[in-house]
Amino acid sequence: MAFDSHEKRVFKQVGTRPPRPDGVDKVTGRAQYGADVTAPGMLTARILRSPHAHARIVSIDTSEAEAMAGVKGVVTGRDFALPEDAGLADIAVNVMARDKALYDGHAVAAVAAVSPAIAKAALKAIKVQYEVLPHVTDVDAAMQPGAPVVLEGRALESVPAGMSVNVTHASEFGHGDLAAGFAKADRIVERSFKTAATHQGYIEPHACLASVTVDGKADLWCCTQGQFMVRTVCAALMGMEASQLRVTASEIGGGFGGKTTVFIEPVALVLARKTGRPVKITMTRDEVFRATGPTVSTSIDVKIGMTKDGRITAGEARLRYSGGAFPCGTVDMGAMAAFAAYDLEAVRTQGWNALTNRPKEAAYRAPGAPQAIYAVESVVDELCQILKLDPLDVRIRNAAKKGTKSSYGPVFDDIGLLATLEAAKAHPHYKAPLKPGQARGVSCGFWFNFGGNTCVSLNVNTDGTVGVTEGNPDIGGSRASISLMAAEELGIPYDKVRTIVADTASLGYNDVTDGSRVTFSVGLATIAAARDAKTKMCARAAKIWGIDEEAVEWKDGAAWPAGPNAGQFPPMSLAEIAAVSFQTGGPIAGHHEVNADGAGVSFGVHLCDLEVDPETGKTTILRYSVFQDAGKAVHPDYVEGQMQGGAVQGIGWALNEEYIYGRDGRMQNPGFLDYRVPVASDLPMIEAVILEIPNPGHPYGVRGVGETPIVPPLAAISNGVSRAVGVRMQELPLSPPRVLKAIKAA
Amino acid sequence: MVKVLLWGSLRAHTDGQAEIEVQARTFKEVLDRLAEAHPGLRPQIERGVSMAIDGRVYREAWFTPIRPDSEVVVMPYMQGG
Repeated sequence: MAFDSHEKRVFKQVGTRPPRPDGVDKVTGRAQYGADVTAPGMLTARILRSPHAHARIVSIDTSEAEAMAGVKGVVTGRDFALPEDAGLADIAVNVMARDKALYDGHAVAAVAAVSPAIAKAALKAIKVQYEVLPHVTDVDAAMQPGAPVVLEGRALESVPAGMSVNVTHASEFGHGDLAAGFAKADRIVERSFKTAATHQGYIEPHACLASVTVDGKADLWCCTQGQFMVRTVCAALMGMEASQLRVTASEIGGGFGGKTTVFIEPVALVLARKTGRPVKITMTRDEVFRATGPTVSTSIDVKIGMTKDGRITAGEARLRYSGGAFPCGTVDMGAMAAFAAYDLEAVRTQGWNALTNRPKEAAYRAPGAPQAIYAVESVVDELCQILKLDPLDVRIRNAAKKGTKSSYGPVFDDIGLLATLEAAKAHPHYKAPLKPGQARGVSCGFWFNFGGNTCVSLNVNTDGTVGVTEGNPDIGGSRASISLMAAEELGIPYDKVRTIVADTASLGYNDVTDGSRVTFSVGLATIAAARDAKTKMCARAAKIWGIDEEAVEWKDGAAWPAGPNAGQFPPMSLAEIAAVSFQTGGPIAGHHEVNADGAGVSFGVHLCDLEVDPETGKTTILRYSVFQDAGKAVHPDYVEGQMQGGAVQGIGWALNEEYIYGRDGRMQNPGFLDYRVPVASDLPMIEAVILEIPNPGHPYGVRGVGETPIVPPLAAISNGVSRAVGVRMQELPLSPPRVLKAIKAA
Repeated sequence: MVKVLLWGSLRAHTDGQAEIEVQARTFKEVLDRLAEAHPGLRPQIERGVSMAIDGRVYREAWFTPIRPDSEVVVMPYMQGG
């Protein structure tokens, strides 16, 4: 569906800020999260995890555990099917190790027992004989000849011969003559950067409850970003037909991409099938850190040439990512996104993924882009410093715009980068004076945004209310946004619409809640479903009036006779048509199914004022502003919330968050005491400035907003810290010891 | 004929050509013709690709029409968080 540009729409519901529909349940504790679900006769399962970063599993003896009173079932890797599809097979092996433990925390066995205490005790009775192998956790080390081999034979055909066995992916993007571009530059800066792996840090640990009947039907309740994805993967791993497995998504306490795959769900299902009892698994925070998430860890080289007056003449980046112990294509996204904000004649990015003995990477908001853009934006900022140019002016001068051939290939359509940069430049924040010792960092950000498979049903109730059934777990307020769009399209009040998230047996397939897709795709499908229902309601009114369907139009929440021969009838409201629906042909519903495209790319600009304590190296964020194009902000509170939340998570990446590994390859900080996420007292109020440049691919102009705001903070903060301390920082996080070391070395 | 731009690492399977001309009217026909003409591309196409057609990115839209003068760019399969 294209943007409704033919009519000058004045929104009545969209753009307002009604209270969130899940608010009361969440503040009163009524909301059902993953761990809240129980069943009669339920068992509790616990998972035994490898204490080694890399080890061959010589044997697993479960006999003693199985003989313990209260233990009802034990499973190991042998209990799981290995699908032919490589991606599914990797998930299966990540869920439960087979021949090798590939990282500290890799699951090797699981126990279901009548109580958590017995399950925990039974784990200690399982005897695993390991042959410890050399390990590698650093991406650069993993790419060296002779590095410990994590997995063999996993290189795609794109990987050139002669690279380390650990290299699985290679990609290249760009256009133009790099050498000629660099020859035109007055100044060239070339730098290398590293970023640590970070965890999505959702408040709610993974939890699920599985039940399998003796005739092979299964139910699974779980905390996930996509119940249909869970069904697909678990059915494959269980050897089940999709129709026999019903998955219900709970309320979700954050996901950020980390819940777009499965970890414990297949384990619960296999144990439930084996024991004949419902099985519940709830991860501890230690398990969440060691065995789920995190992002890629990266090492990136960037080279940029610029003229004295701030024109970028060429850009080049080499990106080395590790997505942990399994092949991972996230580097492709980084290599495409790195220079997306710029209109360049010559640009090239090359990317490689290498296996390391770390947990399997899971998506995290704009996967791969924050790291790449951090490196590029750092070098742009350094060139601005060297050439004494205003960093926003330089970005405006080089900004990608409609008609720009993007660094990853396609020519951009309508995009909001220039408007966003100009809004940042005109904002009082950019003009505010800085005190001595303070500095201001600037960065652009970018994300692709996606649509995807979406199915929506909209039911008109006989009392004039409307139910919308969608299939995407609500992470960022989508139920409110979907209700707003349904109300807008039907012309009824927002509080007459209730949107619910259906299980996998109740609706057609929906892709996971990811890629900033839900308000865009589900909104698009909801508008189409509402139009379908309106057509049917107009037909009912036509029948009642005895006129042609074509002589009825929908306006302001009612069917109206239209046209010269329609006759004179008073309009019939939705409630009036619904009240007689049984008498006029039966229930009224609208449906729409689509694989939505046209999501429209998204840009943002962040400004950050900060100061660094020269004695401790601690950075304090003083002021932070986010400027982002939302296309059309359906519920501005939630849009601002996404912008603020992404900024805060990015601040965490920039300043403190990192997976720290010991010499033994084990994670040293698997808990929130040692893995430091920002808390409210660390932060100023994040000012969110929404711009609305309509997306031509959506009837209301909506763009996804959830991922872009995590992209700019890394460079905005690093650029600010670099200017504050007078040293170009090249590694994240900018933890106090790292900054202090740089200050002392300067 | 439609001109199709490939991302850099695919060029190893097209004798170094970045731009390939194929006889195609839809998303699927582009991929089918590419795989026929350059079998080295088939594994990547089977794993999944995205395709930008006149600036709009499609992921699995087999029947999306393509005009002879459309700008067509084959890209990795997009995934988000």
